[in-house]
Amino acid sequence: MLIVIDYNVGNVKSVCNAFRHIGCEVELSCDRSKIEAASALVLPGVAAFGFAVGALGSLASVIRELAQAGKPLLGICVGFQMLFDESCEFGTHKGLGLVSGAVVPIPAGRVIPHMGWNKVALPDDNPLFAGLGNEKHFYFAHSFYANVTDSAAKVAYTNYGFNLPAAVRKGSIYGTQFHPEKSGKQGLQVLRNFARIAGEDR
Amino acid sequence: MLARRIIPCLDVKDGRVVKGVKFVNLRDAGDPVELGARYSEDGADELVFLDITATIRSRKTIVELVGKVAEKVFIPFTVGGGISSVEHMDQLLRSGAEKCSVNTAAVANPDILTQAAQRFGNQCVVLAVDARRSKTRASHWQVCVKAGTEPTDIDAVEWAVEGAKRGAGEILLTSMDADGTQAGYDIELTRAVADAVNIPVIASGGAGTLQHLYDVIVAGHAEAVLMASITHFENYTINQMKEYLRSRGIAVNL
Repeated sequence: MLIVIDYNVGNVKSVCNAFRHIGCEVELSCDRSKIEAASALVLPGVAAFGFAVGALGSLASVIRELAQAGKPLLGICVGFQMLFDESCEFGTHKGLGLVSGAVVPIPAGRVIPHMGWNKVALPDDNPLFAGLGNEKHFYFAHSFYANVTDSAAKVAYTNYGFNLPAAVRKGSIYGTQFHPEKSGKQGLQVLRNFARIAGEDR
Repeated sequence: MLARRIIPCLDVKDGRVVKGVKFVNLRDAGDPVELGARYSEDGADELVFLDITATIRSRKTIVELVGKVAEKVFIPFTVGGGISSVEHMDQLLRSGAEKCSVNTAAVANPDILTQAAQRFGNQCVVLAVDARRSKTRASHWQVCVKAGTEPTDIDAVEWAVEGAKRGAGEILLTSMDADGTQAGYDIELTRAVADAVNIPVIASGGAGTLQHLYDVIVAGHAEAVLMASITHFENYTINQMKEYLRSRGIAVNL
């Protein structure tokens, strides 16, 4: 069973709807024993970084330990940003520190938020993007981005006047800055691929 | 670079999708959840659901509808029609909508844009502007409220600028003169608004051919194109629209 972490931030239901749509068993939960028993974890997030980290509370260390022990984890949007060391959105806040890097504002000189469909160059060694070809558009909605400094992390980029990290993989830790649950068919394929990584595909 | 967006619009009345000409003579076009799911599958970039009944009673119905749509639609969608408070927006966003659009309520109380932007972020706030060519002044358009039934003295371009300043993240601009005619978007109106604001403008009203879509993007400076008749009644598929725009050098999500 996949567990989508429920921690009282906006619109986590959409992620569950999308997994259910592709025939995947999923539960929204903040129960520690369920999280420990899950085949994989999904950390969604529609909120400011500091608010999200605060709302996650003591679950943060549980998720960090499980991810470090190899349980597949998928962070989405702010959930993706929380994989990194820290963010400077409305003050400095510590993240989960699973991937080295910092979350910083998108540089001025372009429309912010970065919102809409942008093309992501898909590395073929990332199983999250299996069956999707070299590039696809995904739906983004954010004003901060993760500046990835982890040499062990594989990054997929989109172009927004600069190379903006759109997705990251480090071992069994995955994250997407874009919203796969709102990215149509290709987004559902990303979720299907994650379910496969978790051994949840049937 | 962001792709230009193709946005089918679903006008919902008494639980059914309908489409009229210049806001009247409604034709039935199907079930909103089913039609929405089909567009999501077919590669639409976004959807707009407008509750054109918009009575007190329909409010609860539309919240329920949004919940059902969110189970079947995996692209962003906007909900509008009769939204009069930030609390109502909160309900719709929590039910799964990505954005809310306001028209009449914002004209009556422009502060609602600011309040909504502060609470949800300006990316959730769409200002819907229904504009009609002024009969007395050339190259001027007046804002209409209450589903197009009530003209005001407000200038559409000035109102769009004001709305953006107050917190709208996007303008959904409908030409009432062109709506449902399939004779082309009002390019002059779209360009006047798009050039005056620094937020995306969605052009609406008048799409009839693929060339119309291209023209309002290139000459009208629209970030996104909205259509109803030409797609509900299957004149063109989403894919045909995107193939065409791509063949003419426009970046699309294909």
